[in-house]
Amino acid sequence: MTVITDALCPFCGCLCDDLTIVVENNKITDIKNACKLGSAKIMGHHRIEAPMMRADKKSEFKEVSYDEAINEAASILFKSKRPLMYGWASAVCEVHKKGILLAEEVGAIIDNTATVCHAPSTLAVHEKGLPTATLGQVKNRSDVVVFWGSNPVHAHPRHMGRYSVFAKGFFQEKGRKGRKVIVVDVRKTETASMADEFVQVQQGSDYLVISALRAILSGHADVVPESVGGVTKEQLSKLVDTLKAAKFGAVFFGMGLTQSISRYKNIDNAISLITELNAYTKYVITPMRGHYNVTGFGQVCSWETGFATAVDFARGAPYYNPGETAANDVLMRKETDAAMIIAGDAGAHFPADSVRHLARIPVVQIDPYWNPTTEVSNVVIPVAICGVEVEGTAYRMDGVSMRMRKMIEPTLPTDVEILEKITQRVRELRGE
Amino acid sequence: MELLIKNGAVVDPVNGNKGDKTDISIKDGKIVKTVSSKATIIDAGGRLVMAGGVDAHSHIAGAKVNVGRMMRPEDSRSGISPRTKITRPCTGYTVPNVYAMGYRYAQMGYTTVFEAAQAIMKARHTHEELEEIPIIDKGALTLFGSNWPTMDFVREKDMDKLAAYVSWGLLASRGFGVKCVNPGGGEMWGFGKNVTGIDDVVPGFDVTPKEIIVSLMKVNEMLGLPHSVHLHCNNLGNPGNYKTTLASMELANQVKASKKRQVMHVTHLLFNSWGGTNWGDFESKADEVANFLNNHKNVTGDMGQMIFGSATTMTADGPKQYANAKLLHAKWSNGDVELEDASGVVPIYYVKQISVHAIMWAIGLELALLTKDPYQMLLTTDHPNGGPFVNYSEVIALLMSNKKRQEEIKTVHEAVHAKNKLPGLDRELDFSEIAIMTRAGTAKVLGLLDTKGHLGVGADADISIYDIKPDQIDPTVEHAKIKSAFSSAAYTIKGGNVVVKDGQITATPLGRTYWVDAKVPQQHHDEMMKDIVKKFKNYYSMQLANYMVQDEYLTHQQVVKAGIIPAEVN
Repeated sequence: MTVITDALCPFCGCLCDDLTIVVENNKITDIKNACKLGSAKIMGHHRIEAPMMRADKKSEFKEVSYDEAINEAASILFKSKRPLMYGWASAVCEVHKKGILLAEEVGAIIDNTATVCHAPSTLAVHEKGLPTATLGQVKNRSDVVVFWGSNPVHAHPRHMGRYSVFAKGFFQEKGRKGRKVIVVDVRKTETASMADEFVQVQQGSDYLVISALRAILSGHADVVPESVGGVTKEQLSKLVDTLKAAKFGAVFFGMGLTQSISRYKNIDNAISLITELNAYTKYVITPMRGHYNVTGFGQVCSWETGFATAVDFARGAPYYNPGETAANDVLMRKETDAAMIIAGDAGAHFPADSVRHLARIPVVQIDPYWNPTTEVSNVVIPVAICGVEVEGTAYRMDGVSMRMRKMIEPTLPTDVEILEKITQRVRELRGE
Repeated sequence: MELLIKNGAVVDPVNGNKGDKTDISIKDGKIVKTVSSKATIIDAGGRLVMAGGVDAHSHIAGAKVNVGRMMRPEDSRSGISPRTKITRPCTGYTVPNVYAMGYRYAQMGYTTVFEAAQAIMKARHTHEELEEIPIIDKGALTLFGSNWPTMDFVREKDMDKLAAYVSWGLLASRGFGVKCVNPGGGEMWGFGKNVTGIDDVVPGFDVTPKEIIVSLMKVNEMLGLPHSVHLHCNNLGNPGNYKTTLASMELANQVKASKKRQVMHVTHLLFNSWGGTNWGDFESKADEVANFLNNHKNVTGDMGQMIFGSATTMTADGPKQYANAKLLHAKWSNGDVELEDASGVVPIYYVKQISVHAIMWAIGLELALLTKDPYQMLLTTDHPNGGPFVNYSEVIALLMSNKKRQEEIKTVHEAVHAKNKLPGLDRELDFSEIAIMTRAGTAKVLGLLDTKGHLGVGADADISIYDIKPDQIDPTVEHAKIKSAFSSAAYTIKGGNVVVKDGQITATPLGRTYWVDAKVPQQHHDEMMKDIVKKFKNYYSMQLANYMVQDEYLTHQQVVKAGIIPAEVN
């Protein structure tokens, strides 16, 4: 029996690093400190056991060797005029590096799951920057915490305990009792039930509400009507007073803000609010990133290509223009003629029109799990699970990187090995 | 592999060579006395040969550089070039991607570059990027100036524990030296405040910036680190800050150097040599700062020269960056790191016709021209704060030619005539002085003069050859040729490999990462760790077991031994 302490959880952007894992005979038998979501992933489920291929999407998969699957995957990418390589969020940074190199070599578009999640936040950062801090700053200092369009009780179960609401710190010895917790959402979520104040906005009105707050903050309450987005002016004014009275305020926002009407403009507006609040007191803002290493892809892609995501290598040099070069842009336009989906599930999360196009073109899936993307794939290559069977780097939602542990020995090849072999095979096909 | 560079006009101040025709023999990556007849010959044809450039202060890797890329796609869109058979694609001007960092430095003849600031907690990120910067040798300075353990041990006046913490922090971050940015201010920025000078008390910690600076210098010398304390002064970027700068530099007299180098390096002095009380009466005090250096050999500085056009300011000086963003109405990123420091990133565009910018531009040049000993004033642009490093050739040309300076002065805001001494300065630097400011001096300041910054036997075979014949050119007049030659080396040789020929990349070997392993007595380490363990249990948001940078992030490491216990010889 082996006990691994201080292990990292490969589930959400909290990247909790205090797990204890008990291993017997290369099987995980017990997990301590992880939340339900993390435990479920680490304990494993529904693995694909062997590589599979099929000639057309209507026929059944047949098991094949890894070499056959890799050759076919390489051939698909080699023949493609407009390949898309999408996913990456549930893989370590070492995988991203191999993926970007392959994308360069085949002239692909490379994009990650942020495109249906926090990519609008990235657009807002282009406009306004991001005044943020590591989560420990929030733990040690915050006395006002706002969750806007995010529901950590369900999506990031340990966030409030470890970092934001209940956590005690140097300047915040009381933890929960020392903090005002505000939730802004369209419905009373479980997080909202635990808050000191719940601000219920009408769906699609976040931008208006943020604008009203900014107007009141800057001394222009006179232009704010009696009710904005379903929130009374009185409540908004009180909220501004609460925000201003903080010694250290932290705003965490989720897809309620990034994927509702106005999308990146919501974040742009929210960042402006935070910047303006800094004229009175200290404020930071942090996106609640979903997958444990979706942040990491943005980091690696930025330092390797200069752009965080949606990078088009068709010209040999990186070209970035979301709206034109993001995964759903090229799928909706039916421009993509082949796709590789790795460590992300386009089948489950993309709009129907995009998935319909995926169903029409050759698709290679590299993933440990059977999921809706499998249903539209031609070649399926199962791999070891990063963060459970493979070690490597991941970035927490606040940009702090840590090294994921290997908990058990893999029985399948790693993403890195598969990508290296595909790259090698592509070079051979090119006669290099 | 053997290499022989023949007929080079070698400018190598350390070995007393001022342009004499000297052959340089190279074997196994080092400069040797002689090579066999099988050696590959490079005929320099009378052209200028120098040691590979060494940069002691440049922001090339890590969290804030990447924040710069993420918030500035408009910057990444400049400087784009596609992949080739040898090179990866390049993007960016002020915040280039990792490949462009390495290629562009090498193309200028630079072979060693130090990242100027990393927080320990984010050092893994720094090393991930350093690992992907091709060709050049590199390292990173680690921030200690607002770290809670630093301030605790300073308050307790426990230099043994502080030395143990610095030693451990360098190991944890695989850092090369002690960086101290706006000491105390980083902590205060945690609540949106700042210190106003070196005597303010930091709330919650009961220490002053002055005590932090002196204590860090003391333990830096106790540990015998190769580099001295590397200080970014309090009050940076505020009119009238030259007084804080002088008072900070004065502190160097309280500590004796353990090595033949300075005890304090004050960085990007352009931003710290400001007179006046506001932007209206803003003026240069470069003369006061240079005068101090001329009378104090124990302090060195670097220029932080400003380049007109686009720049991205990035620093651990969080409060300054918020002030900049407000002043400029620019986009603002902030990146406080728990228990350690602050940081901020703000784009800026330096304009010739803005009086403050013109005065700043002149301050940088004044610093270099008024400081008599070039070993005390290194050439930097504080990349990308003053401007991108690719403009070093412009700075070299300005320093070598008064004619060029006068031509430039005509194009900038007239304020430089009233607020600066630059228009009346006629000093023109020679090739030896340039070699010191970009090679010998930087290597000496970093404590790497044994293997870097010169061309003597035993040095690393890092060499640049420029397309100028020193005996046939008058740099004071032909400044355009000087600029062109220094921007694009005829040859860059890194560790004995030709990596650049005629300005083009020819090979992309991976350079080494320098870090300092400084030993302290075990009991000091154990005592210090008791405090650290408590900090992790109560205040950090991550586990101690996951904090330190692992060996996996240093595939080509160069460990420099130091410490209170003499380094073991194996």
